Amino acid sequence: MSNESQGLMGWIDARFPLSKMIKEHLSEYYAPKNFNFWYYFGSLALLVLVIQILSGIFLTMHYKPDAALAFASVEHIMRDVNWGWLIRYMHSTGASFFFIVVYLHMFRGLIYGSFKNPRELIWIFGMLIYVALMAEAFMGYLLPWGNMSYWGAQVIINLFNTIPFVGEAISEWIRGDFVLSDATLNRFFALHVIAVPLALLGLIVGHILALHEVGSNNPDGVDIKKNKGADGIPVDGIPFHPYYTVKDIFGSVVFLAIFAFVLFFLPDMNGLFLEHANFDPANPLNTPDLIAPIWYFTPFYTVLRAIPNPFGGFFMMGLAIVVLFILPWIDRNPIKSIRYRSLLFKINILIFAATFIILGYLGLKPVTAFYSQLALRFTELYFLFFFVLWAYSKTRSKSFWIGSFIVLLGGVTFYDKFMNSSGDDPSLIWKTWFIPAVYLMVTLLLPFLTKWDSEKEVPARVTS
Amino acid sequence: MSKDNIDLGRRKALTGGVAVVGGIGTAVAFWPFVSSMNPSAIALAADSPVEVDISKMQPGQRIQEVWRRKPVWIIRRTPEMVKTLANLTPKLRDPDSSVESQQPAFAQNEFRSINEEFLVLIGICTHLGCSPEFRPDPGAEGLGASWQGGFYCACHGSRFDLAGRVFKNVPANKNLEVPPYYFLSDGRLLIGRTKEEASA
Repeated sequence: MSNESQGLMGWIDARFPLSKMIKEHLSEYYAPKNFNFWYYFGSLALLVLVIQILSGIFLTMHYKPDAALAFASVEHIMRDVNWGWLIRYMHSTGASFFFIVVYLHMFRGLIYGSFKNPRELIWIFGMLIYVALMAEAFMGYLLPWGNMSYWGAQVIINLFNTIPFVGEAISEWIRGDFVLSDATLNRFFALHVIAVPLALLGLIVGHILALHEVGSNNPDGVDIKKNKGADGIPVDGIPFHPYYTVKDIFGSVVFLAIFAFVLFFLPDMNGLFLEHANFDPANPLNTPDLIAPIWYFTPFYTVLRAIPNPFGGFFMMGLAIVVLFILPWIDRNPIKSIRYRSLLFKINILIFAATFIILGYLGLKPVTAFYSQLALRFTELYFLFFFVLWAYSKTRSKSFWIGSFIVLLGGVTFYDKFMNSSGDDPSLIWKTWFIPAVYLMVTLLLPFLTKWDSEKEVPARVTS
Repeated sequence: MSKDNIDLGRRKALTGGVAVVGGIGTAVAFWPFVSSMNPSAIALAADSPVEVDISKMQPGQRIQEVWRRKPVWIIRRTPEMVKTLANLTPKLRDPDSSVESQQPAFAQNEFRSINEEFLVLIGICTHLGCSPEFRPDPGAEGLGASWQGGFYCACHGSRFDLAGRVFKNVPANKNLEVPPYYFLSDGRLLIGRTKEEASA
């Protein structure tokens, strides 16, 4: 070959496929030329991962995974270790930013159909990363051994208690004790600093390899590989490096500016990133007055609280995550991008985003009769969203829409009649009933009453 | 090597055999690791009973002890508190304490105690293990006008009456657990053993 590399690079290339890998994944990886704002979050997630691993390594040099010493060692990091406060706030702020970035990254996938054929495995790898990240964050939150660490972990581990027959044995196995104790802290440290990060790295490699195998989706959802030039390169593709490396460097700079602002001026985000009850050491006799998980878990936590049955709540919470795994088989509409989907699809996505945020907000609030009813209503909306998403996969008959409307609203009402109770104020049930009712009317009746279900034609090439 | 002499059937059988034996061996090798995460011998051994002096308790007072590293409450109920128990029955999920795991046989009564005055409970919510708040005042703030006193778990909103019995339509579905205990004398309580266990 004429362009065989010389010198040191040539020496390496004869022994290791360095140039080949750089070409395959950077300089000759052709990505669609129309990436927009939403396409920052993949590379930003990698950036946060690096921040977390680096700051984490330095924290482990000073932290002590021992129930008697852990809380004081965190104070030691904050007060005595040179720049310890900076490194710790980097790590705690990084955790929250990781989830902000990942949620936006997932939302991008949802609106542009990036999970659809042939990218189902990329999506599944991504979901596994998300679940591993939740485990990582959950175990990391125990390590400061504050009172919120303790009781938060107590509640989450006890979720396994609700599994029939084997539940208690499982939660004892996870804790390594009958109560949450030093044994638990010690193993969570091991899992947090080595086991889960290793798994995460492997999953991320899988995510990216799968992506580079099939190529990136784009805001138009057009397959650029269908339109190649004489040189075999997609006409609408540009090499990832230098085009998108430069774009991502710009994104990283903006991101780091925001990150630094929070780190220096709002590291606890008024109790959202670092909960105030966690500034007290763990006390096994005294649960904090209001126990809420850290914000990125609260949407699922609300689902848990909305069901007045321990295993039922746990099951629905698990289902709320599992249903995301099978998203590629729920939304089967061949049109990928939201740009060419129907108005009703857009409304459905907007309602889902709002639902997720409201569920998250409710998870931070105490349980009152009104909030529990809202929690139930938005939990209903969360799951109904996936039905509607599936229903919008193709053109359906009028009887399908009317039939599913009757069945679903009937199901909601049946639950209200026989299983829903609102303590002192039963009228709340009917006052909030309109939330799923209106949602179902809009999403299931408008397709045949209006033209809002009409889709646009997908162009052959990407736009601008 | 000539291809003629390869016995493909034999090769397949050997490969399959090695895969099965190796697979079983690998699976068994996981056991020590999995098992090492179970409670250790020292965790299993921590089970000593606790003696409590209740002679100085005032009516309506609650004191907190630790047994098996869990909070244990002793509440000296006033006669008004005891009276609330009888009329709550329709609102409770298990008014008769029929779930046997939640109390020793001696506490399977309306008061869920040996002596109607003294209530002994493990202070851990049967839903997800928070420690509920003791809210003895009828109509306590935020709990509604019909509240007659009891325990409220702020984590997920579970409610229990002054005998630790769970209300309907809350996340918890079992009554608070009554630990084994007995009176050593009038003012002394032993938590962690029933009288039969102690004399056995």
